[in-house]
Amino acid sequence: MESVLGRYRNLVILVGVLFLQVLGLAMQVKRGGNANDAANTRLIRIWGVGAITPFERVLVWAQNGSSDIWHNYFYLRGVRAENRQLKDQIEQMRLEQVRLAEDAAQARRLQTLLAFKEQFISRTVAAQVIGSSGSDLSRTVYIDKGESAGIKRDMAVITADGIVGKVLVVYSSVSQVLLINDQSSGVGALLEKTRLQGVLRGTANGEVVLERVMSDEQVPLGETVLTSGGDQIFPKGLPIGSVMKVGNGKDLFLNIKIKPAANLSKLEEVLVLVENKERQAVAEENVHVRAADILAQRLPSVPDKPATSANAAAGTAGTTANPAAVKTAAKPGSTAPATAPAPKKPSTSSNVSSASAPGTGQAAKQAAKPAAKPADQTSPQTSPAPKNAGAASDTEATPKPDASEKPASDQPKTAEPTPAAAPTPPPADAKPPADQSSPQ
Amino acid sequence: MPSRPPTRAALNSVPITYTSNEQVEVYRFSIPVTIGVPLLALFLQSFLPLRFPLFRDYVDLPLLITIFFAMARRNPIAGLFTGAIIGLAQDMLGHNPIGIYGIAKTVVGYGASSLGVKLDVENAGARLLVTLGFYLVHSAVHYTVGHGLVNMTQTWSWSHGILAGLANAILAVPLFFLLDKFKQRT
Repeated sequence: MESVLGRYRNLVILVGVLFLQVLGLAMQVKRGGNANDAANTRLIRIWGVGAITPFERVLVWAQNGSSDIWHNYFYLRGVRAENRQLKDQIEQMRLEQVRLAEDAAQARRLQTLLAFKEQFISRTVAAQVIGSSGSDLSRTVYIDKGESAGIKRDMAVITADGIVGKVLVVYSSVSQVLLINDQSSGVGALLEKTRLQGVLRGTANGEVVLERVMSDEQVPLGETVLTSGGDQIFPKGLPIGSVMKVGNGKDLFLNIKIKPAANLSKLEEVLVLVENKERQAVAEENVHVRAADILAQRLPSVPDKPATSANAAAGTAGTTANPAAVKTAAKPGSTAPATAPAPKKPSTSSNVSSASAPGTGQAAKQAAKPAAKPADQTSPQTSPAPKNAGAASDTEATPKPDASEKPASDQPKTAEPTPAAAPTPPPADAKPPADQSSPQ
Repeated sequence: MPSRPPTRAALNSVPITYTSNEQVEVYRFSIPVTIGVPLLALFLQSFLPLRFPLFRDYVDLPLLITIFFAMARRNPIAGLFTGAIIGLAQDMLGHNPIGIYGIAKTVVGYGASSLGVKLDVENAGARLLVTLGFYLVHSAVHYTVGHGLVNMTQTWSWSHGILAGLANAILAVPLFFLLDKFKQRT
């Protein structure tokens, strides 16, 4: 080393002096560009990030690739059971969705009446977390999307669970995100039920606290904290977390410790809200899909009957439809039509309305049960089509759409109800009669 | 009688002044190791907290690398420059002003190399204690600079400092033995 230094001493000193000058310049020079994005970024930071993040990007890519191969092609234990469980869950969520759609439609109508303006997220960019600051005093992470993906400074970063932070610095292909538990971060927040507003801040040890709530207020533990929209970064109503601990703070304010909904210490994928729009609330007309209708579509329908009996059934509305249908279900070959009329006449029978109540997956299952059982019992005796019996037993286990729809479409007699069919369900867009209490 | 020219070992060794008259070796490292190991440490310090969140709170790999290089080179000037460069690079990854880690690691680099000149720090026990001590020094300087100059809100916790110091010291022992493989005698 000494010989090298001695031999190239002048050159080494020259390089050293140049290096120091460049370093000094890099610490002063700010990169040009958009006024909001990289203009305030020191060149030395850009170099530092540019040197580290490519390695992280490659490693994350390799890790994800190998993990995907393992999980998608080899480690598939329990996937079938999980799939079945998820299908059940989808059924339940569909029913729940109908109820929520009703609520939302009602809310929109009310908002229109009050001339509300609503904000909605119109575009997001998915990004992967590829690195962090590595320091407990700077709680930031790097994501693999930057200026080229349309990311800008101060955009909100969220996950499906809740908010994560905001974009702090944007580089060409990566961005630095300031997490909500950093001590320099601040988010406008409100409590879901009590509607108390406050400011969410990070602490030096990485906790999240809600400040500026007066100490005479009652804040229940476990209450959900949402964004208030007051910071002009996060749209209103995004989940932040829940109240973990309430204590006395400074100057007549409470010190409320929040458990973030998103797992800030183990972030992998995030969404950057690149576009928020504000529009006048518009009520949607004629969108009245009921849980009963959804359920009716998912379950097998009543087989065609002679016109006379159909008319009779129509005349007596739903009061006679149910027992008749249950009897029909017991007939061999029919694949559980008993539940078909049930949801179609939700208001006329207590059994039916309970079966079609949204958000109750158990009720939906129970609705499928009586239909399947008779089919099961009769199939060994007179079953002309064992496949249908099998389908019926499937229906009993879980009201899967495949199991329940197939027989209906296979058999012409149990096809979808036509206007000629007697126990006609109300059309999807038709409003329910006034006396029918909506299952929602 | 003409004085004998100094031997190569005498030129490249520093006498131990406190404990004995033995001379300790001064080591150098190849350029790839000099650049690659600190970069790798910075990369791991940035990447591993995503998988192991406690890593960020309890381990400071760039600090361990600073201590190792400073102690092996036994040259205070080299030590302080090593610390300054690694610290500044670490500062760049965060969003706080650049220089807080730089100053803290410069002090540690200078101290570690100065200590390396005077003491034999090649055995595991000495390395454990030295790392623990320098972690606390690093934390104290970082806290002072961050609190005093940058006006950052920080909390000082002895329990956390000692725990993290111990974690770093325990990690340092095998890490230093691993890095010993890259040493080259001058």
